[in-house]
Amino acid sequence: MNLVFSWSWLPKLAEGLLLTLELTAISMSVGAFFGIVLAITRIYARGPLLPLYLLASGYVHFFRGTPLLVQLMTIYFALPTVGLRFSPFSAGVLALTLNTAAYQAEYFRGAIQSVRAGQMQAALALGLSRLQALRYVILPQALRLVIPPWSNELIYMVKGSAVVYLIGATELMGQAKNIAARTFRNFEVYIVVALFYLALILVLTLILRWVERKTRVPGLGLPGRA
Amino acid sequence: MLLRVVDLHKRYGREEVLKGVSFFLEKGETKVIIGPSGTGKSTLLRCINRLTEPDRGRIWLEDVEITSPKVNINRIRAQIGFVFQDFNLFTHLTALDNVRLGLMRVKGMGKKEATARALQELARVGLADKAKAYPAELSGGQQQRVSIARALAMDPKLILFDEPTSALDPELIGEVLAVMEDLAKSGMTMLVVTHEMGFARSVADEIIFMEKGVILEQGPPEQIFYSPKHPRTAEFLRRITDLYGGNR
Ligand SMILES: Nc1ncnc2c1ncn2[C@@H]1O[C@H](COP(=O)(O)OP(=O)(O)OP(=O)(O)O)[C@@H](O)[C@H]1O
Ligand SMILES: [Mg+2]
Repeated sequence: MNLVFSWSWLPKLAEGLLLTLELTAISMSVGAFFGIVLAITRIYARGPLLPLYLLASGYVHFFRGTPLLVQLMTIYFALPTVGLRFSPFSAGVLALTLNTAAYQAEYFRGAIQSVRAGQMQAALALGLSRLQALRYVILPQALRLVIPPWSNELIYMVKGSAVVYLIGATELMGQAKNIAARTFRNFEVYIVVALFYLALILVLTLILRWVERKTRVPGLGLPGRA
Repeated sequence: MLLRVVDLHKRYGREEVLKGVSFFLEKGETKVIIGPSGTGKSTLLRCINRLTEPDRGRIWLEDVEITSPKVNINRIRAQIGFVFQDFNLFTHLTALDNVRLGLMRVKGMGKKEATARALQELARVGLADKAKAYPAELSGGQQQRVSIARALAMDPKLILFDEPTSALDPELIGEVLAVMEDLAKSGMTMLVVTHEMGFARSVADEIIFMEKGVILEQGPPEQIFYSPKHPRTAEFLRRITDLYGGNR
C-alpha cells in the first residue's frame, strides 16, 4: 500500500486542534462550575428548597438520559424555529457544556458524599456556616477526590467534541473531513487525526496526573504509591 | 450560671432518646456524664450546640437562649468547643491549619495573628513540633490533642467532650486525659462524656448518671462512687469497673 502524507495539511489541522481545545476547555470549565452547583443542590437542597433539588435532578437525568448528538442537533436545527440561532461553534459549546455539566454533577456528587460526615459536623461545631464549611472543608477534599473521574470525563469530551463537525464546525474532525474530501486521502488523513487526538489526550492525562500528585494529601483518597 | 439546660426532649422516630433532661453548669466547673450505651449522652451534647435540633426544652449559654429560633447559631457554636470521639480533624489540612481555620474564617483574624495563636495552642497540648503534619501522619492521641487545640483556639466559654478517648489505643489515652485535666485545672468549663472513671473521680466537680434518656442521679464523685443513692447507679458502676478495671 502506498501511503501519501502532506505537510500542507498541518496548518488546517493545527487550526482544528486549537478549536477542539477551545471547545473542550470552555465546556469542561463552565460545565465544572455548573456541575458543582448542581451537585450541591442535589445534596443539600431540601425542605423549602426542594423545588431546586427537583429541578437539578431533572436536569441531570434529562441530559444524561439523551444522546449528546440529539442535544446538539436540537440546539442547532430545532431552536432556530423558535428564534434562537447559533453558529456551529456556539451550538457545539452549548451542547457540550449542558451535557458535561450533567455528568460532572454526578462525579462531584459522588466526591462530596464520600467526604466523611464528621468533617461537616466539625466545621459547623467551630462556628462556620454551612456555605463556609462547603468552601473551606468539603470542597477542597471533594475536588481532590474528583480528579480521577473528572479526567475520564475530560478524555471523553475531547473525543466527544468531534460530533460537532456534523453541524459544520471546523474543529479537528471537521478539518480532517474537509482535507479528506479535497485530497481523497481518507486513510492517511484520519490516521494523522487519530494521532492528534491521541497526543492531545496523552498530554492532558499527564497534566492531570501531575495536578493529582501535587495536590495529594496523606490520608485522603487512594493511598499513594511510595 | 454558664449553661442551663431545662427539660430537654428529643425523639428519633418512635424512640424518645431524651425524656426531659435538666442540669446546669457553673463557670469553671467540670461535669462528667456517665451512663450505658444508647442512653442519649451524645444526643444531649449535640443538642447543646444544636448539631442536633432538640424537640422541646430550652438551653441558655449565660443569658443567651441557644434554643431560641432567633439566635445566630454560628455565633453560639463559635463559643462552644466540641471534641469528637473520632477527632474529625480536617483531613486536607495540617495541624496548624486545622487550628487556624476557625480563627481566620469565624473570628476574622489575620493570618499572622492566627498563626501565632494556633502555634500557642498547639504548644499547650504539647504538639508545637507537629504543626506541619497532616492528621493521617499523627497518632490517635496526637490527633485528639490537635482537636482540643482547635477548640481552645476559639476561646470557648465551654467545651463539650464526647468520649474523647474511646477511639484510642489504651497507651494513648493518658496523654489526652492529661491535657484535659490541665484544662480543668486552668478553669475551663467542661462537660465530658466518658467511661474513664479514674478521670471522672479525680477531675469532675460533679457526676451526672444518665440512663434511658433521663438523669437518674447527680452529685459529687464521692457520692456517686461511694454512696450512690440510686441502685442503677451502683449497678452501672459495678459493671463498668468489671469492664475497664478499677483504677481508671
Ligand atoms: N441520627 C440518629 N437517627 C436515629 N437514631 C439515632 C440517631 N442518633 C442517635 N440515635 C439513637 O438514639 C439513641 C441514643 O443515642 P446516643 O448516641 O445519644 O447514645 P449514647 O448515650 O451516646 O451511647 P454511646 O455510649 O454508645 O455513645 C440510640 O438508640 C441511637 O440509636
Ligand atoms: Mg455516644
